[in-house]
Amino acid sequence: MTVRKNQALLTADEKRRFVAALLELKRNGRYDAFVTTHNAFIVGDTDNGERVGHRSPSFLPWHRRFLLEFERAVQEVDASVALPYWDWSTDRSIRSSLWAPDFLGGTGRSRDGQVMDGPFAASAGNWPINVRVDGRTFLRRSLGAAVRELPTRAEVESVLAMPVYDMAPWNSGSDGFRNHLEGWRGVNLHNRVHVWVGGQMATGVSPNDPVFWLHHAYIDKLWADWQRRHPGSGYVPAAGTPNVVDLGDTMRPWNDVRPADLLDHTAHYTFHAA
Amino acid sequence: MPELSRRRALTAAAVLATSAGVPAVTALTASAAGSDHHALPSFDEVYKGRRIQGGPSSGGGHHHHVAGYAVFVDGVELHVMRNADGSWISVVSHYDPVPTPRAAARAAVDELQGAELLPFPAN
Repeated sequence: MTVRKNQALLTADEKRRFVAALLELKRNGRYDAFVTTHNAFIVGDTDNGERVGHRSPSFLPWHRRFLLEFERAVQEVDASVALPYWDWSTDRSIRSSLWAPDFLGGTGRSRDGQVMDGPFAASAGNWPINVRVDGRTFLRRSLGAAVRELPTRAEVESVLAMPVYDMAPWNSGSDGFRNHLEGWRGVNLHNRVHVWVGGQMATGVSPNDPVFWLHHAYIDKLWADWQRRHPGSGYVPAAGTPNVVDLGDTMRPWNDVRPADLLDHTAHYTFHAA
Repeated sequence: MPELSRRRALTAAAVLATSAGVPAVTALTASAAGSDHHALPSFDEVYKGRRIQGGPSSGGGHHHHVAGYAVFVDGVELHVMRNADGSWISVVSHYDPVPTPRAAARAAVDELQGAELLPFPAN
């Protein structure tokens, strides 16, 4: 059984294996297919049209499945690897071990945002940015530049306390847990972290930065935490909602899975009890 | 990066010489009656040395989902989107809403730091 662990608790060997598996997926071309899929959904999901991956109730189950697909690809390279998660409400400094050269590398240099250390730095030669929206082919970050602070634990708690999963109009204008977690409304959790990292993480091709997976693994854990706090609250809407994935509708691009199939993460992985 | 600078210079020269991008915006503005974006003003300015333009569109460019509003940076279309609350984002600043399409274009120029935008969908 896959056990997802807080990135701060990974051993040196676990970090090394995770990095090596990502570099292999990049080398064999499978990594970039995930970036392409994400960008296609992020530009296709609109508030008044069909919306699946973002700005809609299925934001959470869509990313849960997307991470499962990625984790399976990683495990085909190294079966011992699970996706770690980044609790940015605790590890909120650019001095966190997350950004050390033995893991993801640090922030970008001021001139052009280029990441200069770690296994994903362009200078290491193993991480070309191929799926991109501009001419730059190197990984970029500007940690804490566009927004100063990552969300606090108190802000996370305020969102976890919301009892209703989602509400009409089921988009970026909604009240409820999903949209506050996604960040289009309120204290802003998920969106703000993308902005805080900067570089490709702030764009539609955000999975170009490996921290994408650690960020979303924590968003996914917060969904599981919310479910435990609100056992009487379920995924909505239930049925008959135009342009929106109802509980029993299948989700693109897989077309073989419904939100109803993804509500219980323990069928696929558990979280390490720290 | 001399090669990048040269390509940028060529792109800018092409915009000035042939007004590439300008006909697209003006034509789209003229045909935008009935669009829910028709009340939004067009714009055309040089910001940090780059030409940014925007105007209502009726489905030109890449817009496969909705007719709306098209934005260009040095003649290359920048994918933008309007949120339910009226704020805007672009593909290079997708998690950070700003009040207007012009603000999204300026944010894109800031983000690009001189790099050329790739036509959408280029990948």
